[in-house]
Amino acid sequence: MTIEDVQAAVASGTATAVAIAEEHYARIAAEDGPDGKDIHSFLALSKERALAQAAKIDAMAAKGETLPPLAGVPVGIKDVLVMQGSPATAGSKILQGYMPPYDATAVQRLEAAGAVLLGKLNCDEFAMGSSNENSAYGPVRNPRALDRVPGGSSGGSAAAVAAGFAVATLGTDTGGSIRQPAAFCGVVGMLPTYGRVSRYGLIAFASSLDRVGPFATNVRDAATMLSVLAGWDALDATSSDREPGDYVGALANPVDGLRIGVPAEYFGEGLDSEIRAAIEKVLDSLRAAGCEVKPISLPHTKYAIPTYYVIATAEASANLSRFDGVRYGFRAPGVKTLSEMYRETRDQGFGAEVKRRILLGTYSLSAGYYDAYYRKAQQVRTLLTRDFLAAFAEVDAIVAPMTPTPAFKLGEKTDDPVKMYLEDIYSVAASLAGICGLSVPCGETKAGLPIGVQILGRHFNEETMLRVGLAVESAQG
Amino acid sequence: MADVGGVTKEDVLRVAELANLELTADEVPRMQRDLNAILGHIAQLNELDTSGVPAMAQVGEMLGAEPELTGEGLREDVVRSSLDRKAVMAAAPETDGRFFKVPKVIER
Repeated sequence: MTIEDVQAAVASGTATAVAIAEEHYARIAAEDGPDGKDIHSFLALSKERALAQAAKIDAMAAKGETLPPLAGVPVGIKDVLVMQGSPATAGSKILQGYMPPYDATAVQRLEAAGAVLLGKLNCDEFAMGSSNENSAYGPVRNPRALDRVPGGSSGGSAAAVAAGFAVATLGTDTGGSIRQPAAFCGVVGMLPTYGRVSRYGLIAFASSLDRVGPFATNVRDAATMLSVLAGWDALDATSSDREPGDYVGALANPVDGLRIGVPAEYFGEGLDSEIRAAIEKVLDSLRAAGCEVKPISLPHTKYAIPTYYVIATAEASANLSRFDGVRYGFRAPGVKTLSEMYRETRDQGFGAEVKRRILLGTYSLSAGYYDAYYRKAQQVRTLLTRDFLAAFAEVDAIVAPMTPTPAFKLGEKTDDPVKMYLEDIYSVAASLAGICGLSVPCGETKAGLPIGVQILGRHFNEETMLRVGLAVESAQG
Repeated sequence: MADVGGVTKEDVLRVAELANLELTADEVPRMQRDLNAILGHIAQLNELDTSGVPAMAQVGEMLGAEPELTGEGLREDVVRSSLDRKAVMAAAPETDGRFFKVPKVIER
C-alpha cells in the first residue's frame, strides 16, 4: 500500500482509516514476532492513540471534510524520537521504562497531517550501528532475507516498510542510518538537508550530524512525507527558516537537461560487482531520459570515515553524559553514593558499542589530544564539504552506489568495529557536508538481495534530488 | 597527530573515569584493542595538510556565504510554558514528587 492508495481509499470510503490501521496491526501480530518471521521491527505499539486518530480521520471523511495529506496513513516511528504515551528506549537498557511526557516535532507534524502512529521501531542503541545488531532489545531481521541484517541504525524503520507493517516510517541518519538500511531492505529512504527537519524530541547522538527523515515504498511517498516534516521549528535552533519547497509538485518536472555527476571515488576497490553493474544501468537510464552524465571527483572521500568517527564520537561522549540515572530510565540498584550511581548506572545501562564510542570521543577530546584529533577532523570536514560545493557548481545531482555490498549476514561483522564502520563508506561524506541524499531501490543481486542507488543533492535542493530519484524508480519498471 | 596504536590499559581506565564509566575487568582489554584499531584507522588524517583550513563545527557555517540558506536560527527570547513538573517527575527513578532523589553526594 502507498500513501496515495490510503488517501484514495479513505477519501472515497472504500476503506476506513480504522480498518487500514487494524489490518496493519494484524500483519504485525502475525509476522513481526517470534511466532511469525521474527523480524522484530517494533519495540512498542501505540494502538490506543493510533485507533483514536484513525476514528477521527474517518469522522472527517464521513462529513466530507478536506482530508490532510497523510489522512489515515499508518506510520511507524524510530525509537529515538519521543512520542507521548509510548516508551522511548533509543534501543538502550539505560532508558528502559522511560515514558516521555511530550512529542518530538516530527511526530507531532505527522499526526497533525493525519498520520496514524502505529508504534515505536527497533534500532541500534542510540542509533550507533550499521546492522541493528546493537539494540539492547535484540536484532531486527531483513524481511527480504531473514538470515541477514536490515542495516542500521534505522533497521526497524526500513524493515517495517519492506514487510508492509507500515506505509511509511521515520528514521534518523547520522552517518547513513536511513539510507543504508533503505538500500539493504529495498525501500526508499531520504536524508533531508541538515536543518530542513526539526530535531526537537530526537534523543541526540551527534547533534551536528543527526537528521530526521522518512522511509517509504516509493519516491513520491517520500516527497509527501518530507512536505509534512519540513519547516522551521522554534524548538531547534539549527532548523532552517528557509521556506520548504513543493516536493511533490516538483516531481512533475522532467529530468532532461539535468547534469548528473558520477564520483570516481565511489567506484573503487571493495564495490560489489553486481552493485556496480546495477549503478551502470541506472546511469544508462538517466542518459536515456536526457540527463548529461559526467565524471566528477570528490577527492577527500577516503577521509570521510575517520573524520566521521572522530566528530560523531566526540559529540556522542558529550550528549550521552546526560544518562546518569537521575532523571529518567534505569538506575543501578544497590548503590551507596552519587558517583557510584553514575558509574554503575552507565556501566550496566550502556552496551559495548556505545561504551566504545563514548571512550573514543572522550579520548579525542581529552587534554593533549584535542588538536590532533577533534580539531583536525573538523578541518577535514571543511575539505569534504568543499568537495561537494565544488561538484555542485558543475552538476545538479550526484549518483553513486549506496553501499559497497548487499545486506550481510547477522553476526558476520559484529566482532570487528573497523570493518563495521567501513560499511558507511559511501554514506558518511554527505552526512558531514550536510547535503541531502536519497536511496532508491535499483534491482537486486542474483541471490535476490536488494540494491540501492544514492542520489545526492545540493543543500536545500531536495526537489532536484527527488526528480532524479523518480526517474531512476520509473526506469526500474 | 599523537602516537597511535599506543593506547595502554591505563589510558583506557583514565578515559573511562573521565566518562564516568565503570568498566568490568574483561571489558578493559577489549576496549584497549578496539580503540587502538580505530585510532590506527583515524591516523590516515595525518596524510592531509590542513594548515590554514578553518574548522567546521556546523553545516550552517559553511553556507555562511549564502545567508539566505542558513536561516536566522535563534528564536525570540520570550517566556513560554514548559513541561508539566508532575509529568517530568513521574519519569524519574526516585523522586519525592518535587525533586529528584539521589544517594549521598559527599562520600566522606
